Amino acid sequence: VSVINAVTCPICGCLCDDIEVTVVENEVVKVKNGCAVCEAKYLGYKSEHRIRQPLIRKDDKFVAVPMKEAIHKAAEILANANYPILYGWSSTNCEAQRVGVELAEEVGGVLDNTAVVCHGPSLMGTQEVGIPTSTLGQIRHRADVIIYWGCDPWSAHPRHLERYTSFTEGRFEDSEWKSYLNKVKAAAGKKKLLSAQRVAPKQQRAAVADSLVFNKPPEILQKEGRKLIVIDVRKSMTAEMADYFLKVEPNKDYELMQAIRAMVKDEELDVDQVAGIPVEYLKEVVDALVNCKFGVIFFGMGLTQSAGKFRNIEVAISLTRDLNMRTKFLIMPMRGHFNVSGANIVFAWQSGYSFGVDFSLGYPRYNPGETTSMDILLRGESDAALVIASDPGATFPKRAIQHMVKHPLIVIDPHMNPTAMLGDIVFPSAFVGIEVEGTAYRMDNVPLPLKKVVEPPEGILSDEELLKKILQEVRSIKAQKAQKKAEAA
Amino acid sequence: MMQPKLHVTLLTGRTIEQGVGKEYGKSSPQYQEACSMVYMDVGDMQKLGVKNGTNVLVTTPNGAVVLKAVKYPRGATPGLIYIPYGPWANSIVSNVTTSIGMPSFKGTPAEVEAAPGQSVLSVKELLKKEFGR
Repeated sequence: VSVINAVTCPICGCLCDDIEVTVVENEVVKVKNGCAVCEAKYLGYKSEHRIRQPLIRKDDKFVAVPMKEAIHKAAEILANANYPILYGWSSTNCEAQRVGVELAEEVGGVLDNTAVVCHGPSLMGTQEVGIPTSTLGQIRHRADVIIYWGCDPWSAHPRHLERYTSFTEGRFEDSEWKSYLNKVKAAAGKKKLLSAQRVAPKQQRAAVADSLVFNKPPEILQKEGRKLIVIDVRKSMTAEMADYFLKVEPNKDYELMQAIRAMVKDEELDVDQVAGIPVEYLKEVVDALVNCKFGVIFFGMGLTQSAGKFRNIEVAISLTRDLNMRTKFLIMPMRGHFNVSGANIVFAWQSGYSFGVDFSLGYPRYNPGETTSMDILLRGESDAALVIASDPGATFPKRAIQHMVKHPLIVIDPHMNPTAMLGDIVFPSAFVGIEVEGTAYRMDNVPLPLKKVVEPPEGILSDEELLKKILQEVRSIKAQKAQKKAEAA
Repeated sequence: MMQPKLHVTLLTGRTIEQGVGKEYGKSSPQYQEACSMVYMDVGDMQKLGVKNGTNVLVTTPNGAVVLKAVKYPRGATPGLIYIPYGPWANSIVSNVTTSIGMPSFKGTPAEVEAAPGQSVLSVKELLKKEFGR
């Protein structure tokens, strides 16, 4: 039995690095400190859904083949393709991503990561107007207004509140955990009171009901201490915990942000409500933002995937900039996969662009809408694909996948996910952060080391090793081709 | 009699159950359970005559899929439906990227109707139906 401390959890952009893993005979048996998703990964990684050996599709059935044969076939596909897509990269380490860039350049393909269906618009918004941001440590210790806009960390980044925002004991700001518990108790008490008052006079009932009116900003917004505001189109789990929840109408985040920008600049609005929110309530919220000491906006797919997309992010960053004329304010995207930030950084450091990089002309090009994998698939232009450490089969619209499966599809993944089920050549790989060590970037772009806690199953290679072998094979196939051409000439 | 249909706004997104299911494995029963469902407003369900846990057919210009209707547990969301990310959601989401690479996964129009006689497909059945593999 060995207990390993300070393990970095390889799931979401939080990269919690305080996980304690107990290993018995090369198997994880206990996980401490992690969230539900973390436990599911550490305890479920060895499940029956694991791919055990390289597979090739023959007559619509998977046949197990030796590693050498699979690598040769995959390399042949990539070397002979005119316009292959190399997609994924977000659930692996930076070391593998670096080899990926080399491979994409060698085969003249399109290199894209999962940011394209996630925070690609955030990267584009940032390219337009820059971004005032910081590391999560600063926020943990100082932030007194925390806004989650179009994201639900309780579901997608379960320990974000506990480790970095409202429920952390910061050096200058206290945890709001106890007052949250009190709030829950008070709400339960009021409910009881309400049911007990069924026989009481009407006014009394109205008075209690009035204090429960949901949309009016509570007084706490104007007080000292940490405040949690959630803005979303539906009452998410995080919204349930918030001091104030603003329910915005779908696809109207852009106009709400522009209205708040105007109010931050002391402009009067001529309307009674914006995006379904009364302006008088909005005023109180803006007061709270302007009067805080250190505010932060976290945003998610609610902004990047609804109408406006990258323009939403541009205006959210502009709002943050405006707020900085009055107080201190920061903004940060809630990155999904544990190393999607790393993929952006590695791609940018190697090629100059963080996603949607096209090497088909021999040099890197980037033009979202043209060189992004989604658009290439929807236009039906690619003639092969390599998918690694991601699952477009479960994350891309149907039509994109319908084109992807028309041409050879190579998949590298530890699990038999929908993309692997659709693949032509499927490679098993070791779990990064469990069976392979490496580097990953947290959502605030801080690199953290991933630990290896157990040995991978026999014969199963890491993403990095697999890619290196494929790259080597591609180079030798290309060299042979060039030699044949020279001999023929 | 014509089945009543409801025009709604479709949202897709993450749930904690989907997160746990995907880590167990995408052919696991947990994942199937977590992703082949749709959160609906109670009032909307009553309008369609749909009970909690029964099947509905969600249709968009891009396709149709049968899902299990589940009552949205936190407040009213009339006119909104919410499907967790996964192959089921993706068989009906919009593929309009507005030329920036990102399809509109949230805030697109859809129709919902009761589907008492139809069953929810498994991952394998769904892939076979959509992609022939």
